[in-house]
Amino acid sequence: MSWFRRSTENIASDNQKKDMPEGMWSKCSSCGEIIHKGALEQNLWVCPKCSHHFRISSNEYFSILFDEGTFKEFDAKMTSKDPLSFVDTKKYKDRIKETIKKTGFSDALRYGIGKMNKRDVVIACMDFSFIGGSMGSVVGEKIRRAVDKAIKMKTPVIIISASGGARMMEAAYSLMQLAKTSAKLAQLSDAGLPFVSLMTDPTTGGVTASFAMLGDFNIAEPNALIGFAGPRVIKQTIGKDLPEGFQRAEFLQEKGFVDLVVPRKDLKATISNLLQMVH
Amino acid sequence: MAKVVLEFEKPIFELEQKIEEIKTLSDNVDVSDEVKTLEKKVSQLRENIFSNLTRWQRVQLARHPERPYTLDYIQNMTTDFVELHGDRAFGDDKAIVGGFAKLGDQPVMIIGHQKGRDTKSNLYRNFGMPNPEGYRKALRLMKLAVKFNRPIITMLDTPGAYPGLEAEERGQAEAIARNLFEMSHFPVPIIVVIIGEGASGGALGIGVGDRILMLENTWYSVIAPESCSSILWKSWEFKEQAAEALRLTPPDLLEQKIVDLIIPEPQGGAHRNPQQAAMILKDALLDELKTLRKLKPEKLVERRIEKFCNMGAWNE
Ligand SMILES: [Zn+2]
Repeated sequence: MSWFRRSTENIASDNQKKDMPEGMWSKCSSCGEIIHKGALEQNLWVCPKCSHHFRISSNEYFSILFDEGTFKEFDAKMTSKDPLSFVDTKKYKDRIKETIKKTGFSDALRYGIGKMNKRDVVIACMDFSFIGGSMGSVVGEKIRRAVDKAIKMKTPVIIISASGGARMMEAAYSLMQLAKTSAKLAQLSDAGLPFVSLMTDPTTGGVTASFAMLGDFNIAEPNALIGFAGPRVIKQTIGKDLPEGFQRAEFLQEKGFVDLVVPRKDLKATISNLLQMVH
Repeated sequence: MAKVVLEFEKPIFELEQKIEEIKTLSDNVDVSDEVKTLEKKVSQLRENIFSNLTRWQRVQLARHPERPYTLDYIQNMTTDFVELHGDRAFGDDKAIVGGFAKLGDQPVMIIGHQKGRDTKSNLYRNFGMPNPEGYRKALRLMKLAVKFNRPIITMLDTPGAYPGLEAEERGQAEAIARNLFEMSHFPVPIIVVIIGEGASGGALGIGVGDRILMLENTWYSVIAPESCSSILWKSWEFKEQAAEALRLTPPDLLEQKIVDLIIPEPQGGAHRNPQQAAMILKDALLDELKTLRKLKPEKLVERRIEKFCNMGAWNE
């Protein structure tokens, strides 16, 4: 599809290739259907047979939400400083270097400003492929700047989450990003500007326990895993199997923590519609 | 309750026992000189051991089952405490306690995690692991403090927010996130004290404030060393290394500018003299309140947000 194939200048074109399976065909991890890549792209990486939403990167979300050619990314080169010289089985420094090389992303979140159905919006989007979409200092600082930009330009903020939680290798610094991002959203709120949180598969841990749950509108993609503790930990705690659909987007809507589950193809229209009501 | 003695505390206890024995056995013999020498020795030994603690040992001290908990501090350093219960929506979480009390002659809202001391009270307190209604009770009480313009003091001591099925159903993540959001812009002074274990979002959920104080033998990080070991080393065996890597002790966090002040504990740790520990903390809190009271509410909020925004390290 042309709207996707066109290259936005700040989008590294080799990211999408790496995220997609080799060759011309992809297999749906949910129903096993073999799908032609072109058809999958056309369907916004949603399985035409079972509606499984494939995990996609910030490149695809920016393409889906922004009007063509309007997106300008900021602070694209910001990287983690490894403030604690953290070493586990591997040096954190090396882990970062390898991940940057492998993914083409500088950290687990990118943000920029652009137009969504002609409306100026600031969008920040996480990349799960970057160390499990973990939140460290870079994610926190970029969200701070995204909010500052929005307050200055008087625009809404949309944050797209895809994360396993806080980044352990930044220890207490990563924990403090929960407070930092929440505090910035309080400022945005005090400025009367809307915040849309879009939760995609998966949104867990520290990201859920901070900005992801703080939307004026909490929106989730179908069947996205959303929770505080991971399912494995909960299963260990209670010593029982978890019920079908537990911690999925629809479950959270049922329990009252998500306003709306929105299929990918309707995201742009639904969010635009909400924003015109309040901004 | 039987005395709990940590491995590295043993030499101290052995010497202390010896002094006791000499005292009881001496009867009519004057042993005061000998006792004096030994007491000096035990003091030096304590000083030595406690100034060379590894990070893992510090974690063990933070979890010492005889350590004073929130209600002990409240009892020892405040007067007229009235505990207030419930979140007005679901129930009363026993893992978080709170209410108005007087610190000196100053009425304050004081809120903290609460652990139990034995199996029964630990089950009652859910081992200090709050459910969403605990965070929501804390939020309700903090809003009361704001309404009546009273400062807020929170005390952190939890192994984490409870990772249970119902906690998820009732929105554990939302409850914590909401507190972070609200605490960041409450127009009254907030002082946070880490009195034991500061484990991750479950601790931070009542931990946003103007001043962050940390008792000497405590830890604060994004994850407990054991869990960090199991995830990054794929084994529970590397907890000591994980504790080192996480840099989670008070001096570490002071250096990282995540806490503002370390509160010294009585020699041998707060559990050796809970009353004295509370008095030291009380003095520090009164000092802090005096300074914070001078700031206008807008300035207070601005500085608080700025403070958390400065936490982190990145390359442009
Ligand atoms: Zn399918």
